[in-house]
Amino acid sequence: MANPLKCDLCSKPATVHLTQILDNKVHKVDLCEECAQAKGVTDPSGFSLADLLLKASLSPDLAAGGVRCEQCGFTPNDFKKHGRFGCPACYGAFKGILDPMLDGMHKGTVHSGKVPQRALERKTLYDRLTRLEGDLTEAIKAERYEDAARCRDEINQVKQAVGQKAQI
Amino acid sequence: MTLKALIDAPSELTDSSSSKTAIVLMTRIRLARNLAGQPFPGWAKPAQREKILEDCTAAVVATSEMKRGVSVGVGELGELEKRILVERHLISRELSGSKQGSGVVISKDQAFSVMVNEEDHLRIQLLRSGFQLKKAWAAINALDSELEETLDFAFSPVLGYLTACPTNLGTAMRASAMMHLPALVIANQMEKVVRAVNQLGMVVRGLFGEGSDACGSIFQISNQTTLGESEEGIIKRLSGVLQSIIEHELNARSKLLEADAGKLFDKIGRAFGILQNGHVISSNEAMNLISLIRLGVDLGVFPDSKRSVTDRLFIEAQPGHLQHAQKGEFEAGQRDLLRAERLRSEFANFSHPDFTLSANGNN
Repeated sequence: MANPLKCDLCSKPATVHLTQILDNKVHKVDLCEECAQAKGVTDPSGFSLADLLLKASLSPDLAAGGVRCEQCGFTPNDFKKHGRFGCPACYGAFKGILDPMLDGMHKGTVHSGKVPQRALERKTLYDRLTRLEGDLTEAIKAERYEDAARCRDEINQVKQAVGQKAQI
Repeated sequence: MTLKALIDAPSELTDSSSSKTAIVLMTRIRLARNLAGQPFPGWAKPAQREKILEDCTAAVVATSEMKRGVSVGVGELGELEKRILVERHLISRELSGSKQGSGVVISKDQAFSVMVNEEDHLRIQLLRSGFQLKKAWAAINALDSELEETLDFAFSPVLGYLTACPTNLGTAMRASAMMHLPALVIANQMEKVVRAVNQLGMVVRGLFGEGSDACGSIFQISNQTTLGESEEGIIKRLSGVLQSIIEHELNARSKLLEADAGKLFDKIGRAFGILQNGHVISSNEAMNLISLIRLGVDLGVFPDSKRSVTDRLFIEAQPGHLQHAQKGEFEAGQRDLLRAERLRSEFANFSHPDFTLSANGNN
């Protein structure tokens, strides 16, 4: 063959070609002897394609984008190396890389199931509080005292709500 | 409670075997959770890890389930203690090998364990003996909700719980069952089962999870995917798969008995002979022999009450537990001698096999 398949992990010539059907989707991986051994492909009971696919789907031109997570400084290259993200904000920063990867990794691409209701309510309230406090400072600076008074009243309301939540 | 007291106390896994646990030895559910706005453990700096460990541990220790439990940093654990906790499935191999700034909190009955700074900030786990996925979900869901009162978890309405590895996104839940499938192994049908189970989006692993082999005919079956399906949905689907594996195992047992009962009884009888008289037994061999005795219990060759002995020995034959019982550290060769000695004494007073009863087996 003119163009032998290359290993998805290290780009040596691939000798192990694996096809697994999960949820009626076909996943294919090509590996060299060494990577196949190292990843336990030869042991059918302990092997899961998901982890491999994850890295394999990433290999080409990942580093090209030059994207970086603003929160934690993580880069796509770090992801290629570790197979894990740096922090929750990485999911937003690397959305372009993540979306094609998610397709086929899971049953769907949108969460269904438990939602941490309490934590989300708390976060919404805190976010609102921060915004109102910003508005208040600005209103005072601009000597818009009516707006300032309205902000102050709203802040008090939110604080009360936060207090109630904390007591539950 | 101290870790030493915990290790010596009866545990969920070793002391509650009944006929209900015949094929599904135990059920396990784990949830991965991370704190919002904090780097994941693998990317956090040492000082951040320490702070996360402190905050998470404080929240976990304060929950009602953990009040009388044990909380310990990985750095404070000795090699043997780590090994014992791994053998009891209370911590992962990854945590046992991790650097500073990781820890675990274990409930008094050793049913709940929460690892801090493993792959994710929190790995909440619940073990129950037998087939109890729904009950286990209800209990672990309650603990998770209690933690949510004090901790802000990283969550996205689209991607669900945000985890270090995208393979865990969504519910971040892995539900699994440890199944004893000796007849499917003897009849060479496991490969077929593994393939069928994979097609249904479930994974089959050995006793100690990723990369471990399936000694003792014990397999761990769990959901592969976590995003796009609710916890209840995953559990329902997994239960269906487990139920059909149970049926296949029971079928395989009947077929083996019909086709050549003599051959099957020969295996069980020989296993019993080696356990009573052997002098050098590796942990792998021990697992396989004990597995055959357990099959004997299911078939009625030994009384039902002996299943708890086999389930206890599955764990006590492991290197960590063996050395703990012998109060010392020994090399592998020496361990095999000690293990055989231990098994000889366990099986000296075991019931005598009765091969006449077994036609109506399958309980």
